[in-house]
Parts: sequence; structure tokens; C-alpha cells
Amino acid sequence: MSEARQFSSLRELSAVRVREFLREPEAVFWTFMFPVLLSVGLGIAFRNKPADVTPVGVVRDAGTDAVVAALTASKELKVTVVPTLDSALAAMRNGALALVVVRRADGGVEYRFDDTRPDARLAHLIVDDAVQRGAGRADPVATHDSLVRAAGSRYIDFVIPGLLGMNIMGGSIWGVGFAIVDMRRKRLLKRLVATPMSRGEFLASFVASRLTVLLIEVLFVLGFAYIALGVPQRGSLVQLGAVTLLSAFAFGALGILIASRARTIEGAQGLMNAAMVPMWVLSGVFFSSERFPALFQPFIRMLPLTATNDALRATMLRGDGWGMVAPQMAVLAVWTVVCGWTALKLFRWR
Amino acid sequence: MPPAPLAVRGLRKRYDDVVAVDGLDLEIAPGECFGLLGPNGAGKTTTIEICEGLNEPDEGEVTVLGLNWKDHERELRQRLGVQLQETQLSDKLTVLETVRLFRSFYRTGNDIGDVIARVQLDEKANARVGKLSGGQKQRLALAIAIVSNPDLLFLDEPTTGLDPQSRRHLWDLINDIKATGRTTVLTTHYMDEAEVLCDRVAIVDHGKVIALGTPRQLIMSLGAEHVVEFACPDGAPALPVDALRALTGVTDARTVNGGYELKVAELHRAVPALLAMLAERGLEMAHLTTHSATLEDVFVALTGRHLRDE
Repeated sequence: MSEARQFSSLRELSAVRVREFLREPEAVFWTFMFPVLLSVGLGIAFRNKPADVTPVGVVRDAGTDAVVAALTASKELKVTVVPTLDSALAAMRNGALALVVVRRADGGVEYRFDDTRPDARLAHLIVDDAVQRGAGRADPVATHDSLVRAAGSRYIDFVIPGLLGMNIMGGSIWGVGFAIVDMRRKRLLKRLVATPMSRGEFLASFVASRLTVLLIEVLFVLGFAYIALGVPQRGSLVQLGAVTLLSAFAFGALGILIASRARTIEGAQGLMNAAMVPMWVLSGVFFSSERFPALFQPFIRMLPLTATNDALRATMLRGDGWGMVAPQMAVLAVWTVVCGWTALKLFRWR
Repeated sequence: MPPAPLAVRGLRKRYDDVVAVDGLDLEIAPGECFGLLGPNGAGKTTTIEICEGLNEPDEGEVTVLGLNWKDHERELRQRLGVQLQETQLSDKLTVLETVRLFRSFYRTGNDIGDVIARVQLDEKANARVGKLSGGQKQRLALAIAIVSNPDLLFLDEPTTGLDPQSRRHLWDLINDIKATGRTTVLTTHYMDEAEVLCDRVAIVDHGKVIALGTPRQLIMSLGAEHVVEFACPDGAPALPVDALRALTGVTDARTVNGGYELKVAELHRAVPALLAMLAERGLEMAHLTTHSATLEDVFVALTGRHLRDE
């Protein structure tokens, strides 16, 4: 009987799952390299650039020299002298120019621009300021600009937590789902239930083994983001770990639920996509979920990926404490319990 | 007296439009190796899976080690060893890891190394399951069935799909396990397997037991242990069948395709008597063959069909 302690079936089941994963070189490569490649791509696309200059055009005319000189003095503008008004307007339509300056017969200037284009409105402010100053306007109040470029508010900072959340979801649902369906197809599940194995431990082993893989995966992605891209980590690491862990539980349970009845890989794949695609769109991976109408917001906030992404962003970018991420943690906990319990009830063991 | 390791009464199971098991009764004695022999689709696997608690009967009663599945599933799972048809164990694990995983499910059991040695996979202990041959995989399946040192062992078609040499190897291993006095129930559609391994055999057809006994008893029920076929050269005078039937050791005789077929209880008396009779009449034989009656002959005699219709 003393032998019994030597063999913990939860430990054995989990170890077996990790070994099976690590012995599949392609799976290992894609699990760890995919998020890194994606981050590198985004890092290149959203690298720190000097502040944009705004392209504006001036229609050539006898008296435009003073205007051109005034505009060229501004560092924020790129001035092009255009021979005719028609060609200037054509260049504005295709986006090459944000605004066109035309000299009027009365000695004033006219600005042609589209007020629904943010760059055009910006150009309007800068051009008008330059023109007025060039003509000798003095500012009544002395001002001074101090530039603050903070890490944490760039697009790359927004998208890294989203990618991490998406990766936790994809890894858990694919990793767990395919493995279970494969075991069912090979009749290995049936062989296992012919033993005294605890069914709860069997399902728990999938989640436990995912955690091991996840730990490496998260360290990989966050380490890269922190070192190479300068994405900040402002909150506590313990809290970040807790959010990640709970998220892995929720998606692991969801993966088991999705695989609880399917007999074929194809059938499971359809269900996985049905679960994941809406979350890729709605849950704020690449753009904020706030863009969806207010009517949908309560529903969107209940999605596990939204909860994960919001909690990750709060922890990493804003440094919010436990109290601020508690609602998201609660959502993830509910998903874990409800999916886990339902999966155990529905699960097809044969 | 200890309860029968397995008792089945009035078992019935139907799937959508097929009756798989149709009123089947069995009672297995402690320590015996019992075989369910029948063609594919006879209901053997359904029966054994109901006994293993993996399938529910529509009707009937199953008592395993004196317990039933409804109230004692946990205990029964600890005490049974099971090999299923067509289980594919994980290719990426080694033999040792696989056996250790299954050992971890049981409170008590055999030493992992001993079990691997028992099925002669010691040299393959660290090989991946995916690299094993069909026979080695089947031996591994046997290893995980006995790793808990079970009180009752179920083997479903243990050698199906194997080459003759691997089958014989597996038979030796199962015979070794039998020798330890473990009660074993196996299904097979190979009559030679049932003859080699089983103390008693139930011949199953269309979900019913149509014959039950030791292989020897079943063959004896044909009234003959051997079949002798011979023929005389063309143009030789016909032999009277009555005279053949009267020979020592012969129980029956008939003519077949210009030759003769004798059912023989005692081959060692019948053949000399036959030769003497032919010499007396100055006749020679064109050919002579004998074979021992098999369970196949029993199945054919009972159903008019062969076990394996190929």
C-alpha cells in the first residue's frame, strides 16, 4: 500500500501530456515562435519614427513667395509649389496633400481642405499659424513646449497584451481540443475509463499541462516585448501571473467543453472556430472593443478574451491593482467553473 | 465458496436495427481461461464490454467478482484488467512511460519492470510506442492489462491482425499468465487460439451461446477426433461403405467425390485396420490424408458456416 504514494495519477497524466507536446517539434516551434514573429512584425511596423510632417501645396502665383517662405520655415510642414489649382486639388484627392493654399485677388489667402480629414484640420492650424506669424503677428502669451513621449501609449503597447491573450486562448483551445478528440478517435479514452482513473483528474491534467507550456510561452513573449520593444510592465508580476493563470484555466475548460462530444478533428475544428473567431474580432486584440456600440458592451465584457485582454492591459500598461482587475478575474473564474462542470457532464468517453 | 468471477444471465442488447446479444448466459469458474469463440459480428465484443462495464445491457444481469456495476464500479475498476480491441496507445510515449501511467491509476499492482519483463519488452522499455511492431504493441496492451495484478482479466481479440509468429509468441505469454491461476476471459474468432488457450469455450453465434464445453468435449461431440480421407486409383472396384464403417476405431464413413471420408475416434487403430482391409482386397491407395477435428469443424457442424467467411 505504501506504493500508492509513489504514483500520483494527476502528476503522471500531466507529465505525459507535457512530454507528448514537447515531442512534437512543429507544435513547439509554432507555439513559441508565432507570437514572437508577430511581435517582430508589429515592432517593425510601429517602430518609433520622428513626428510626422504634414504635406501642403501652394498654387504658383506672382505673389506667393512670401507665403512659401513663411510655410517652409515651419518644421512641421512639407511645402510643394503646384503649377495649377486643378493639379493641386487632384493631389489632395489622392492624399498626397493635406491642404492647398491659394492666393486671392484681394491679397488674402484661401485654404482649400476637407474638414473631415484629421490631417487636413491639423494642416489648417499649422499653416494658418505660419502664415500669420510670417506676416508679423505677435503672440500675446509667451508659451513653451515640453515633449513627453511615454512608452505605454503606443499601438505596440496596446497590441502586445492583446496578442498574449489571443495566444493563451488559441493554445488552450487548440492544444486541449485536438488532443482530446485524437484520444477519442484512437479509442484511448475508452481504454482509460476501463481503469479506475479519476475522470476529473484526467480533465484537470490537460489544464495543468497547459500551464507548464504557458509559463514558457508567456515569459518568451513578454520578455521579448519588454526587452526588444520596450513594452512596459507597470503592475505587479504576481498579479500578471494570476491573470494569465486564470485565463489559462478558463480557456482550458472551454477547450475541454468544445471537445467534449466531437468524434472527428474536423467537427471539433468547426466548433473551435465558432468559439474563437468572434472573440478575435470583439475582444479587443488589434483594436479597442470600445469601438462596438454601447448596446453590445455588456455582452463583449462577459467574453473570456475581453476579460483577459482588459486585465492584462490594466496590469501591464496602467499598473492597476487587484481591485481594478477583480471584475475580469471574476468573469474568468465563472467561465472556468461553468465550462469545466458542463464538460464533465457532457463528456463522451467512448 | 467464493462467488463466480463472472456470471451473466439473460443478457440482451440491441442497436438500432441489429440484435447484438440475444439472451446470453455464462458462468465462469475461478482460475479458468474462458473463451468466447465466434465469427465477427456474433456479439462477442458487445458481451465482453458489458461485462467490463463499458456498455449497458438492455436486459439481463451481470455479476463480476460477486459485485455489480451499478453499485460497485469503483471497486471493480480496481480489480479488473482489460485489453480492448483497436486501442491505439500514444505513439510519442515510451513503453516504460505508458506502463507507469496505467500503473498510477491503481492503488496496488505489480512492479513496472516486472510487468515489462513478463511481456518480454525489456529491451524496448525506452522505445517510443510508435516504433513498436504490431506484435510488440499487442504485448504492451497486455502489459497494461496486467499491471494492476487483476483478479479477473478480459482480453478482446488479443491476436487479431498479427502474423503467425507474433500470435504464437502472445499465446505463450497468455499461457504464462494463466499459469499463475488468474481467471481470464477472452474473445477470438480463431479456433486454433481458443484450442490452445482456453480451458472452456462458448461458441457464440447471432448473440447466443450455441455450444459450451472444453475444446476437447466440443470436438468429441462431433463423435470423432480425426478425419481420414483417402482414394483408390481410378478403375478400382468400389469399397462397401458398411465395411469401412465396421473397421476398428471408425465411427462413420461416406463416399466423397470418388474417394472416402472416415470419421475416426482412434486413429492409431483405424489406419492399420484400413491398410489391412485394402491389402486383403489387393488394392492400393492413390492418396491418404488425415487431420484432427477442430473447433472449426464443430462450428461448421452447428451452423453450416465457417468461422471466417473470407
